[in-house]
Amino acid sequence: MSNPVIKVENLGKKYIICHQDTAGYSTLRDTIVNGTRSMAHAITNPKSVRKTNTEEFWALKNLNFEIKQGDRLGIIGRNGAGKSTLLKILSRITEPTTGRIKLKGRIASLLEVGTGFHPELSGRENIFLNGAILGMSKIEIKQKFDEIVDFSEVEKFLDTPVKRYSSGMYVRLAFAVAAHLEPEILIVDEVLAVGDTAFQQKCLGKMQEVGRNGRTVIFVSHNMATVKQLCNKACLLANGTLVGQGTPAAMIASYMENTLGRATDDDKKNYQHIKGDRRAEIELITINDRDRGEVIIPIFGKVKIALKYKIIESIDRLEFFVLFHSLATGEIISSCWQKDTQEYIDPMLPVETINLEFINHLLPGKYVISAGIYKQNKCVDRVEYAEAFTVEPAFADGQKYDRRGGKVRFQGNWYS
Amino acid sequence: MNHQTELIIEAGRSERHYWQDIWRYRELFYFLAWRDILVRYKQTAIGVVWALIRPFLTMVVFTVIFGKIAKLPAGNAPYPILVFAAMLPWQFFANSLTECSNSLIRNSNLISKIYFPRLIVPSSAVVVSFVDFLISGIILLGLMAWYDFVPGWRILTLPFWIAIAFTASLGVGLWLATLNVQYRDFHHLVPFMVQFGLYVSPVGFSSSIVPQKWQLLYSLNPMVGVIDGFRWAIIGGESRLYLPGLILSVSLVIVLLISGIWFFRKMERTFADVI
Repeated sequence: MSNPVIKVENLGKKYIICHQDTAGYSTLRDTIVNGTRSMAHAITNPKSVRKTNTEEFWALKNLNFEIKQGDRLGIIGRNGAGKSTLLKILSRITEPTTGRIKLKGRIASLLEVGTGFHPELSGRENIFLNGAILGMSKIEIKQKFDEIVDFSEVEKFLDTPVKRYSSGMYVRLAFAVAAHLEPEILIVDEVLAVGDTAFQQKCLGKMQEVGRNGRTVIFVSHNMATVKQLCNKACLLANGTLVGQGTPAAMIASYMENTLGRATDDDKKNYQHIKGDRRAEIELITINDRDRGEVIIPIFGKVKIALKYKIIESIDRLEFFVLFHSLATGEIISSCWQKDTQEYIDPMLPVETINLEFINHLLPGKYVISAGIYKQNKCVDRVEYAEAFTVEPAFADGQKYDRRGGKVRFQGNWYS
Repeated sequence: MNHQTELIIEAGRSERHYWQDIWRYRELFYFLAWRDILVRYKQTAIGVVWALIRPFLTMVVFTVIFGKIAKLPAGNAPYPILVFAAMLPWQFFANSLTECSNSLIRNSNLISKIYFPRLIVPSSAVVVSFVDFLISGIILLGLMAWYDFVPGWRILTLPFWIAIAFTASLGVGLWLATLNVQYRDFHHLVPFMVQFGLYVSPVGFSSSIVPQKWQLLYSLNPMVGVIDGFRWAIIGGESRLYLPGLILSVSLVIVLLISGIWFFRKMERTFADVI
C-alpha cells in the first residue's frame, strides 16, 4: 500500500491585507464611500494609478508534496510559516488561490478541541452534537458512546451542562469524541497541548493507534518531542514554502537550526512566542552575558541565564521558567521553575531583567532553551527555542570528558 | 480501505460535490436545529411555553389596538382569528430573518474550524423557527375551538401557503445571512426591518383596506401574498385573493430564494477568511 492518498500540486493561498481596516470586516458605509471615491477618482483623472492601502500576502506558495497511505506526517515550522493555512485548505475550510490537492478517502479534521461544544448542553448531548459536527453518523456515535464516555472519564457528569465542567473535564470529553472518529485521513492541529500529562500520553497513544491501523495522520505541532514520537515523516515549512521533507529527526534538527539562525542573526531578536496572553513579553535572553555567537560551557561550569522582559500591561506575581531541549530532537532534557522556590516577581519598571544561575549538569552536546512567564498557573508568555549553547567535552576543572553514557551528570559524593 | 471517494480541492471548484455533501451532512442539519431548540429553553422555568406566550400576547395587543381602538373592519370572522391567521406566518418570517441573519456569525467558531456545506447553518435556523411556528399553531386551534369557528375546505391548501412562507423566509434569510458576514451593519438593520415589516404587512388589518390601485405595488412585499393566502385558507368566507398580486408575490419569493442561494454560494468560499 504505497499509493499517495494526498497529492498537493503547486498550492498557493493569497490573502489581501488591509492596512487601514483594523476590524477585519468592512462596513457597508466604507464599501460605499470607497467605491464612490475610487469611481470619482477614476472619472476625474483616469490615468493616475490608484493608491491602495491593501497588500497581497502569500500565506502559502508553490507547495508540492505527497502523502502515502498510513503515513503519519508532522508539519513543523515557525509561527506564520503557513502550517495552519495548509491545514485549513486540506480540511476544506478555505479555498486555495492556486494549485490543487487530490485526496482519497474520508477526511476529518481536528483543528481545535471541542469545536461546536455548546456550554448550555449536557455532556451527553454534546457528544452527539460534536460527533455530528466532526462528521460521524448518529448510529456510529451511538455505537461508540460507551467507549467515548469511558475514554473521557466523566461518566458521573454526563447530564451536567458542560459550562459547569472544569477545563480538564471539558477537554477530556472533547478529545474523547474526536479520538473515536474513524476517517481515512485525520488532520490534527496542536490539540495535544491540553490536559494533564497522563491524559496527553493517552491521547498520543490513541493517535499512534490510528496510524497503525493504516490510516493517514497529518499532525501540526510546536512540540518537537511529540512530532518525533508520533510521526514517521515530517515537512518543514518556512514563509509559506516547503523547505524540506524527510524523517522527523532530520526535519526537527533542520528546524531547530533554522529557528536559532533567525533568532541570533537578526539585529533585533525575533523570538517565537507560542503561548500566553502577552501581558509581559520576554525580549532578550542571554547566556553567560552573551547575546550572540556561540556560548560554550563545560560540564559543571557555572551558567547564568538572563531574561530581559517588557511589561505590556501592568501585572504582578510573575513566575519565570526555563526549559532545556536537546538541539537534535527537541526533547526537554531539564527545566528550572521559579515557582519551586515559592517566590515571585512584582515588576517595578517597564523593562526588567531576571537572572538564573546554576551549575551545568548536562553532558556534552548542543542544547536550546525556551523560556516563559507564568502568573498563577496562567501562561503570560513563552518563547520557544530561543537561544542555544554547547556543552564542551570537558569538565570545569579542565579534565577531559571521556564519553560516558547518559544525558546528565550528577555530582555525587563517594564515601565508605 | 475504500478509495472510491476521490476529492479534488481547487480554487472555485467545490460545486460538484456540494449538493451531494449536503445530503451526506443531513444529520448535522438535524443536530444543529436540535441544539438550537434545546438550548433556547434550557434553564427556563416554563420552557417551551414561551413559544406559546409570545405570539399569544402579541395577538391580544393587536386585537385590542386594531380591532377595538382603531376599529378596522374584520368581516364576519372573529378579530382574534383574523389577526392570528396573519400573526402565524409573520412571526415565522420575522423569527427566521432574525435567526438566519445571525446564524453564520453565531456559528463562526464552526465555520472557521470545520468543513461542512455552509448552507446547512442558515437553513437549520429557518427550521428552528418553523418548529416555533408549529407550536404557535396550537394557539390558532385553541382560538378556533373557543370561537366555535369551523374552517372550510380551503384549509387543505394551507401546506401550499406554508411552503411559500418557508421559501420566502429562507430566500430573504440567505441574503441577510450572507451580507451579515461581510457587513455587520445588517446586525443592526434586521431588527429594524422586522419591526417595520410588521406594520407594512397586513398583520393587524386586512389587506383589503389598501386602495385597489395600490394593491399590486403592495404585493411587492413578499409577505402580503403569504398572509393573504393564510387568511384565505383559514378564515374563508369573505376574504378573497387578489390574483395578480399573489402571482407577483409568489414569483418574487421564488426569485429571492434562487438568487439567495446563488449569492450565498458565491460568497461562501470566503466566509472562513472574512468571518
